[in-house]
Amino acid sequence: MSKPDDKTTGISADTDSTEAEVSSAGGIAKGQGDEVGGFVILFFIIGFVASLIIGWVVFPKLLYSQKTQPIDFNHALHLEAVSDGCESCHIFRDDGTFAGVPGNAQCSDCHQEVQGDSPEEKKFVEEYVAKEREVPWLIYSKQPDCVFFSHAAHVKKAKMECVTCHGPIGESTSLKVYEENRLTGYSRDIWGKNIAGVKRETWDRMKMDDCAECHEKAAGKKSSVQTDKEACFVCHK
Amino acid sequence: MKIDRRCFLSLGIGGAAGIALSPLPWKLADDSAIWTQMWPWTPVPADGEVTYVKSACTLCPGGCGISVRKVGNRAVKIEGIEGHPVNDGGICPLGLSGLQLLYGPTRVKSPLKRTGERGEGKWEKISWEEAITEVSKKLGDLRGKGESDSVACISGSDKGTVPALFKRFMSVFGSPNFMRMPSIQDSYEIANNVSMGFIAQSGFDLEKADFVLSFGSGLIEGWGSPVRMIRANSSWRKAGVKVVQVEPRLSNTAAKSDKWIPVNPGTEYALALGLAHVIIRESLYRKDFVQAGALGFIRFRDLILSSYSPESVEKITGVKKETIESLAADFAKSERPIAICGRGQGKAQSSLGELLAVQALNALAGNIGREGGVFAVNDPAYIAWPAYQADETAAAGIKKERIDGAGSVKYGFAKSLTNRFAGAVNSGAPVSLLFVLESNPLYSLPDTKAVKDAFKKIPFIVSFSSFMDDTALNSDIILPNHVYLERYEDVPATAGLSKPVVSLARPVVSPQFNTKHAGDVIILIAKEMGSPVADAFPWDDYQACLEGTAGDKWKILNEEGFSSDPAFTAQVVNTFPGKFDISGGIPDFTILFASVSHEGDPKAYPLFLMPYDSFRIASGYIGDPPFVIKTVEDTVLKGKDILVEINPATAKANGLSAGSYATLKTPKGSARVKINLFEGIMPGLVAMPRGLGHTAYDNYLAGKGINVNELIGTVEDPASGLDAAWGIRANLIKA
Repeated sequence: MSKPDDKTTGISADTDSTEAEVSSAGGIAKGQGDEVGGFVILFFIIGFVASLIIGWVVFPKLLYSQKTQPIDFNHALHLEAVSDGCESCHIFRDDGTFAGVPGNAQCSDCHQEVQGDSPEEKKFVEEYVAKEREVPWLIYSKQPDCVFFSHAAHVKKAKMECVTCHGPIGESTSLKVYEENRLTGYSRDIWGKNIAGVKRETWDRMKMDDCAECHEKAAGKKSSVQTDKEACFVCHK
Repeated sequence: MKIDRRCFLSLGIGGAAGIALSPLPWKLADDSAIWTQMWPWTPVPADGEVTYVKSACTLCPGGCGISVRKVGNRAVKIEGIEGHPVNDGGICPLGLSGLQLLYGPTRVKSPLKRTGERGEGKWEKISWEEAITEVSKKLGDLRGKGESDSVACISGSDKGTVPALFKRFMSVFGSPNFMRMPSIQDSYEIANNVSMGFIAQSGFDLEKADFVLSFGSGLIEGWGSPVRMIRANSSWRKAGVKVVQVEPRLSNTAAKSDKWIPVNPGTEYALALGLAHVIIRESLYRKDFVQAGALGFIRFRDLILSSYSPESVEKITGVKKETIESLAADFAKSERPIAICGRGQGKAQSSLGELLAVQALNALAGNIGREGGVFAVNDPAYIAWPAYQADETAAAGIKKERIDGAGSVKYGFAKSLTNRFAGAVNSGAPVSLLFVLESNPLYSLPDTKAVKDAFKKIPFIVSFSSFMDDTALNSDIILPNHVYLERYEDVPATAGLSKPVVSLARPVVSPQFNTKHAGDVIILIAKEMGSPVADAFPWDDYQACLEGTAGDKWKILNEEGFSSDPAFTAQVVNTFPGKFDISGGIPDFTILFASVSHEGDPKAYPLFLMPYDSFRIASGYIGDPPFVIKTVEDTVLKGKDILVEINPATAKANGLSAGSYATLKTPKGSARVKINLFEGIMPGLVAMPRGLGHTAYDNYLAGKGINVNELIGTVEDPASGLDAAWGIRANLIKA
């Protein structure tokens, strides 16, 4: 700073040269700092907000593809017509295993011919029953192959309600859009609709922690020292 | 106004902060974890209703009952049938991997006709009609020329309706040349024939024995019916039954036995005779049984007492005379001792002398036809088809001498001597057409080069193989059979069971490709040929033949999966008393009890190569499926390199070290091998596993290791025509 420029000389004309040098030096830093610092904050905010939007809004849209079910099935309508609730169609086989989504063999008991005037039913009968093709249903609750899950143990033995995990799907009149995770291939319903993983109802998520939460309550203790959860081999056989 | 570097840094920091406060990283991390654990390309069995189909395994002669789990129309797992008399719920690694044979890449998917050179792998797909017409026409031409006896068939087995149909076809066509792949069964059959006067298999009541003396048999390495043997071994452990293993190499069986007696290879017969010497000298034998075959016994006794004292046996076998004395006493004083032979899995024959020496021990212990002993078991009785009308060609043809010489004056005791096949063809025996059924002779017969030369002399080779195996690759036309999980077939358990069982293989899934049951194909070929061949095959198809043959047992076979009714399966022959000639009626003992003389100069080949069997390597018609080849240890197969076992002393003498490469030379060929040092093998020996070095099958198996058959030859046993070679002279040269 031995040779101050014109601008600083003008500002501190009547002051001691040493002071002027000092104060003018401070002035330079302050004046430029206000402008650049504003940009720094602005850019931080831009980056922050943009990434929040990406993380919370764009990312979920990119992560999940939207698929519609081949037939728009009306659960509510069917539930009225059957006597045994969910198990009327989602049966347990003779050997105790759970059949999951019913196949044509079951549906065609009633739907060999078109019954009503629903276009979806007509499509089902003509495209699938008549052609002996199984409907490629998209299964919202499908879990990875490394998970062993017994419906019999939960429904028959522990007397759990279907709703606890699957929600009030029986009351729906239309099948919702199936959102498939492009990376894993599983439904969005496993992670839960809420991208933050926030859960209000028991059926909102179907991740391992959700299984563990209930198992812990039922067992009354955390039985695995390593994972602080119920023992791994209960489900990962 | 100036936007500088700091602004962009700030943008980045803001972005990072925002991302960290959004679910993106946590969700992506979770999804990546799921993705990596569930690679989308990893096959996952379909979910669905589970069903089980009872069937039978045909991958070895063991005859296990299997229960195959299916989801929908897909077979997903093979398990043993609980309560099955052979395996009672157990299964071996090969049986477990059977689905890889069904769904694997090595299947022949339709009839194929060769277009390029043999072995080149150039094929043209043809229809079944074309294939059957072509083969029938070739056969018809040969028959017309009066050369029906130049047609031969090599089959993996001669038991059951499918081999029986092929045998019947050969007979009515006019050829005596139905052969089955060599095994220790040939040796047992001949031994039974000479000592009892009729051809029968041997069955061993091993579960009830209280002392097991095994001359090199891989009791827990696939000898006999493998699953049954593993169970028997466990029951011996529980009951405190003593197991003594006589073998030059510390095999797994030897390691698990109570006593391992290393013996100079090929001198097992002498050890058995030495034991007999002590038993006779000390009068420890069962007089009531032995004296019934009095004449034979006196001759035998005189020879043994004069020539096989423990001192002289020690010189031959290398086993100390004290060991011989105490072992003989332990054996003879046991309540139900049993002596068995057949090296390793019994894939190779042994000399008649060895068989008779070992059977003599059983006779001296009086355990022939007795609980805990050895039984003569007839061939299954249920195949009783009406006689056929043979025309002149057929009558003349079947009277001709067989190519392998079995049943001739010289080899009168033998039924089949396929070990002599290649040699006979190479020295001029005419074979114009060869059927290959459920076997891989080009790979499995010793002296591969001689076998290849023999095959080159055969103008037309018809393979019925389901897989592109080494022989199929070198055939002219392939008529692919369904694999066992796609077909009906009776499966008689032939491997050393004292209580025979016949199981039923049933289609677990529908045929995956354009294949046809070999039983159906031979019936179709017969029908195409017209009378009189066609007349011998009155059945519409194989299914009708099988159902008719099973008769009233068909229902039981379908419901239970097996029948062990002796009236149906096979008669166990009562040989006691008086039917057993301990000397085998062989006039000249010197050719019977002699060490094998090996070809080659001892100076050029100072070592001996011996093949050994491993439970983890399938060495028969079926090669190791991918799952099983994965289980082979690094000390046996490393990458594509095969390791041979040698004693550290041998290594030192030859300047070799562990893991180094060497050239293994024998009079039959040479191969590059890696060295594995093993204290458990006698110095001077080189051991190589059987079952590697395939040139065909899939990439999981082909080109891995060396086929030991390329390095070994055959040595004909002068007393029987059996292959007496237990190994071959060899040398190891540092590479």
